[in-house]
Amino acid sequence: MMNPPAYKPGEHPDLPPPRSTIGPIAWIRTNLLSSPTNIVLTVLSVWFLYELVPAALEWGFLDAAFTGENRDECREKAGGACWAFIGERFRLFTYGFYPIEERWRIDLTFVLLIVALMAVLWDQCPFRKQGLIFACVFPFVAGWLLLGGFGLTPVDTDEFGGFMLTLVIGVTGISFSLPIGIVLALGRQSHLPIVRVFSVSFIEFFRGVPLIALLFVASTMLNYFLPRGTSFDLLLRVLIMVTLFASAYMAEVIRGGLQALPRGQYEAADAMGLKYWTSMRLIILPQALKISIPGIVNTFIGLYKDTTLVIIIGLLDPLGVGRSSLSDTKWTGLANEMYLFVAIFFFLSCFGMSRYSLYLEKKLATGYER
Amino acid sequence: MNNETSATQNGSTGNDSIIAIRNMHKWYGQFHALKDINLDVVRGEKIVICGPSGSGKSTMIRCINRLEEHQQGEIIVDGTELTNDLKNVEVVRREVGMVFQHFNLFPHLTVMENCTLAPIWVRKAPREEAETIAMEYLERVKIPDQAHKFPGQLSGGQQQRVAIARSLCMKPRVMLFDEPTSALDPEMIKEVLDVMVELATEGMTMLCVTHEMGFAKTVADRVIFMDGGEIIEENNPQEFFDNPQHDRTKLFLSQILNH
Repeated sequence: MMNPPAYKPGEHPDLPPPRSTIGPIAWIRTNLLSSPTNIVLTVLSVWFLYELVPAALEWGFLDAAFTGENRDECREKAGGACWAFIGERFRLFTYGFYPIEERWRIDLTFVLLIVALMAVLWDQCPFRKQGLIFACVFPFVAGWLLLGGFGLTPVDTDEFGGFMLTLVIGVTGISFSLPIGIVLALGRQSHLPIVRVFSVSFIEFFRGVPLIALLFVASTMLNYFLPRGTSFDLLLRVLIMVTLFASAYMAEVIRGGLQALPRGQYEAADAMGLKYWTSMRLIILPQALKISIPGIVNTFIGLYKDTTLVIIIGLLDPLGVGRSSLSDTKWTGLANEMYLFVAIFFFLSCFGMSRYSLYLEKKLATGYER
Repeated sequence: MNNETSATQNGSTGNDSIIAIRNMHKWYGQFHALKDINLDVVRGEKIVICGPSGSGKSTMIRCINRLEEHQQGEIIVDGTELTNDLKNVEVVRREVGMVFQHFNLFPHLTVMENCTLAPIWVRKAPREEAETIAMEYLERVKIPDQAHKFPGQLSGGQQQRVAIARSLCMKPRVMLFDEPTSALDPEMIKEVLDVMVELATEGMTMLCVTHEMGFAKTVADRVIFMDGGEIIEENNPQEFFDNPQHDRTKLFLSQILNH
């Protein structure tokens, strides 16, 4: 038996969905218990969390020592982690061996970095125009503050270390590798053979060589190639190598974005009579970079974590500081705490970048794309 | 008869010829895509180009604004010859508007920004002036209320009308249409054709590659039939449809008209 239709054709209103398909219970049913495999996975996950989370909390917080003069004092108080070690070495982790009375310069640089980043990354930032101008000047200000001179006590780059060193290498590498990568990616597509060959060789060389090898070249071999008597700073050489290395990867990521654009976009820009650089700047790159955001951020994160490799050539990044601290007899055997602490620092930075890239992708979405 | 028509065309080349193509050839690698093309377009003339797919009709009109390069012969647009000289290419592109099969609007810019981009960056028009002109043309294609949306939020027909408005904002002397309705749903074809007919009645010089034979009959001054990279036949629409001369033209017309 068919029921008579409740509405005349063309007059059917929009009705709410059935109750069993919305709400938390429906969510659990569809997402956690939808099939036998899914039920097994859910049970396993719950068991795994049950085993892991309490033990981790126990070690990290409940049974951890937050104060103490040395390792033995920690161990008397609690059986878990000894955070007193990190507490005592926190400044060393942050500033490296930067002279204590000059550390305010690092703090100030950091605050200015935040200001510059806000202007660059947040398009509704108050005073954004001034902020962007400031962001262009920032590298020079930061260089002056960190290195000294012109009225400030000069500080040698040997004394850089810790998170501050990570930030110096990471931020420099990130901010220079993107523009260099863009130029290389465009160069690789150029109609001029010389430009193309140069770009391809550059990219293939730097992508084909391990970063550690480049860092060794930077620290030792470069002296042979440079004219006698000209020695430039080790940190500067590392910055250059890290930047060029990341640029090569960046170029390939952006090339992917450029090739993913429909040819019609290039043709429409050409047909309008736009000049090459104008059409790249206004039409092609905004879209290509948007497509490439996940890859670009991937490269950024890779570069940022690769900064720990400088330990190989004797620069004291957080891991280097940590390892030298471990050799202190007061704190021997606390490797877990140290590595976890450094890991958390890196995780927070990289997770931040990852979240920002998601936000950016969402913000730049303008309806469906052909 | 092909020689006859091209001869009269060549003979009447005066100052009113806005596009002149002489013995133009184009190859893709070994493939001879366009063979000895001769075409003169008079100011205000509307030309419809038809032919089977792969016959070179799109390639030919794309040569006129040098989206494709020709290798032999000459193309002169409004007194400027298309050569390797980028300056000339830019001059021609400024005066020639193009509408594509797939619209090719810039998806990251709003409709208004799409329309003002070229006037601002190529013609160096002040932003306000460019926006006033853009609004004028958006009204003419009947979508002024969509000006601040992104192309992705519009229907295909609306997008194509924006694309036409975007070209018109440059105040071009010639408009090229490369199968403007082929990617549209049937119910949207008419709204685009209406805009094109209106444009034609206003005296725009137009070259349209299209399969819309109704449009050709009402609007065109001349219909050109291409096949195998050659212009096989050209005539006024009445003669072209009622009295095709060449066998290939007859075959083509019978295939597209009787179904």
